[in-house]
Amino acid sequence: MSDIFVIVEHRLGEIRDITFEMLWKAGELAENLSHSVSAVLLGHEVSSIAEDLSDRADQIIIYDDERLKNFSADLYKEIIAGLIEETKPPLILIGSTSWGMELAPCLSIKTGLPLATDCIDILSENGRFIAQRQMYNGKIFANVSFAETSGCLFTIRSGVFPKDKIGDRQAQKIQKGFPLIDIKPGKTFVEFVETAAGDVDITQAELLVSVGRGIGEEENIALIKELAEALNGVVSCSRPIVDKNWLPKYLQVGTSGKSVTPKVYIAIGISGAFQHMAGTNGAGTIIAVNKDPKAPIFRTAHYGIVDDLFKIVPVLKDKVLEAKKG
Amino acid sequence: MDIVVCVKRVPLTEEVDLVIDAQKKGVKKDQLAFVLNDWDNYAIEEAILLKEKHGGTVTAITVGNEDDEEVLRRCLAMGADRAIRVEAGDMSRFDSFGIVKILSQVVKDLPYDLVFTGVLADDDSYGMVGMMMAEELNLNHSSMVTAIELEDGKVRTTSELEGGLGEVSVVDLPALITIQTGINEPRYVSILGIRKAAKKELKVMDLAELGVSDGELAPRAIIEEVYLPPETEGAQILTGDPDKIAGDLVEILTKKGVME
Ligand SMILES: Cc1cc2nc3c(=O)[nH]c(=O)nc-3n(C[C@H](O)[C@H](O)[C@H](O)COP(=O)(O)OP(=O)(O)OC[C@H]3O[C@@H](n4cnc5c(N)ncnc54)[C@H](O)[C@@H]3O)c2cc1C
Repeated sequence: MSDIFVIVEHRLGEIRDITFEMLWKAGELAENLSHSVSAVLLGHEVSSIAEDLSDRADQIIIYDDERLKNFSADLYKEIIAGLIEETKPPLILIGSTSWGMELAPCLSIKTGLPLATDCIDILSENGRFIAQRQMYNGKIFANVSFAETSGCLFTIRSGVFPKDKIGDRQAQKIQKGFPLIDIKPGKTFVEFVETAAGDVDITQAELLVSVGRGIGEEENIALIKELAEALNGVVSCSRPIVDKNWLPKYLQVGTSGKSVTPKVYIAIGISGAFQHMAGTNGAGTIIAVNKDPKAPIFRTAHYGIVDDLFKIVPVLKDKVLEAKKG
Repeated sequence: MDIVVCVKRVPLTEEVDLVIDAQKKGVKKDQLAFVLNDWDNYAIEEAILLKEKHGGTVTAITVGNEDDEEVLRRCLAMGADRAIRVEAGDMSRFDSFGIVKILSQVVKDLPYDLVFTGVLADDDSYGMVGMMMAEELNLNHSSMVTAIELEDGKVRTTSELEGGLGEVSVVDLPALITIQTGINEPRYVSILGIRKAAKKELKVMDLAELGVSDGELAPRAIIEEVYLPPETEGAQILTGDPDKIAGDLVEILTKKGVME
């Protein structure tokens, strides 16, 4: 029986959701292929984390050491490469997260194993694993396979698999010593920094009017603010608007911004990249205004308007004011 | 401070109907407009900002055909000192790993303290070239970086994590850093600027010169098939003139209880 490896991602003592999602997928694949699931846990004082994973894997391979207190792609790479060499797992899952995006490519070169990044599904065909992923901002899907190898690395997009438990498992915990690797990591952790909070909290808003790169120029943001004001809603935005310094970071929705839960989310000139939409999963109703009928946002929005925002937004504002008066 | 920046020219896909090629291995690109990958635009700007502050040189590199020189000229116009294009013939025979091998072969013979790449490219979105190169060249690294400060023989970086959290680290030089959007405000490039930069050095190298054979560049990842996204139920599209659409929207907003 061979093992599917899941590299556990945890931060500040908490298991990150991506870990549960990967364990779900690993569990599903393992059942169909009669493999077992191994969670690979690196950190310091991680026994409670191991405990929380004990019904989701068949094995938890634990490296607990002071030097692993903070995530280090350098140390993770060395230790996991050694473990791969020793056990030759056919499939290794890593989160397509900031940390995973640093670790996985290094590990691929180090071990010689091929890598598929940001996968949204894993198919298994005649003993081979095939990655399903997206290109061109989600406008194209691709299936990627690998040349003959002993194993392969997949990074998994957050939010594509359930966080639930799958199957009946009781993990055996295997404590490993810190392998004596005489490497000094080239990067040293200093501290975490939080985004400065602002005068509004978009996570509390009932109605968000969200603006994206389609707005074109900074001065056009006034249009969105006026609409939000008429609706008594709050302005939020996609990342490029923050990157350009047109609106502050605390108004950004998405994986590197905030997750929001309004009753209604109006997305204006936003294409619907998954990093943006990941922040809107908790929205009741999503309304999208975009002039590109093939924009990915129309796949997830509830209502869509395929038109120029500059034609729609001013008229909508007037209609709202009218309705509120009447 | 010598900085090498790896850049890529990518197609613009907004408002275009992407057409899948006959082999189902990619999309037809002959009708598409191309630009410098957004992440790379921030990367080249960051290199030039550091050069302006601390002195040194900036070299931009791409692997591609003659058309791809367009993005190198742009980098030169922004302030890069020189550019290198690797002519590699039919690019579809490489995966990211092949590109990493080629880029590493070029970079290893250049003087550098820092190597930058974008976090990912807008077209295939693999996001692996930077960190693979770091490992291939055995360099220290920091990824998804939104702030850089030089210190003595070191660089202090802020990496973007999820949910708006940043992670500050110190990395010993030389190092490879992947640059995230928003780290700076890339400067505007005029047509005149691009014309002026035509005098700057743009060197073309081929694979033989670099001493890499096709055998070493054999892809590990194979695209089995590309296809259009599976149909979903999708949004209910509101149609009509703006007035009618706005009216329908007000009705929806009222029903959802946000018009009080
Ligand atoms: C690690 C990482 C984290 C990220 N985190 C986030 C995040 O937290 N939040 C986020 O938003 N992004 C994030 N991104 C970026 C994300 O991938 C996209 O680049 C971004 O969401 C695109 O923003 P946009 O939709 O506003 O712009 P674009 O994708 O450029 O879309 C603009 C849209 O406007 C439409 N448009 C243009 N003109 C008009 C008009 N006149 N009328 C109507 N429509 C028009 C276009 O058709 C297009 O669909 C992240 C990326 C990475 C790599």
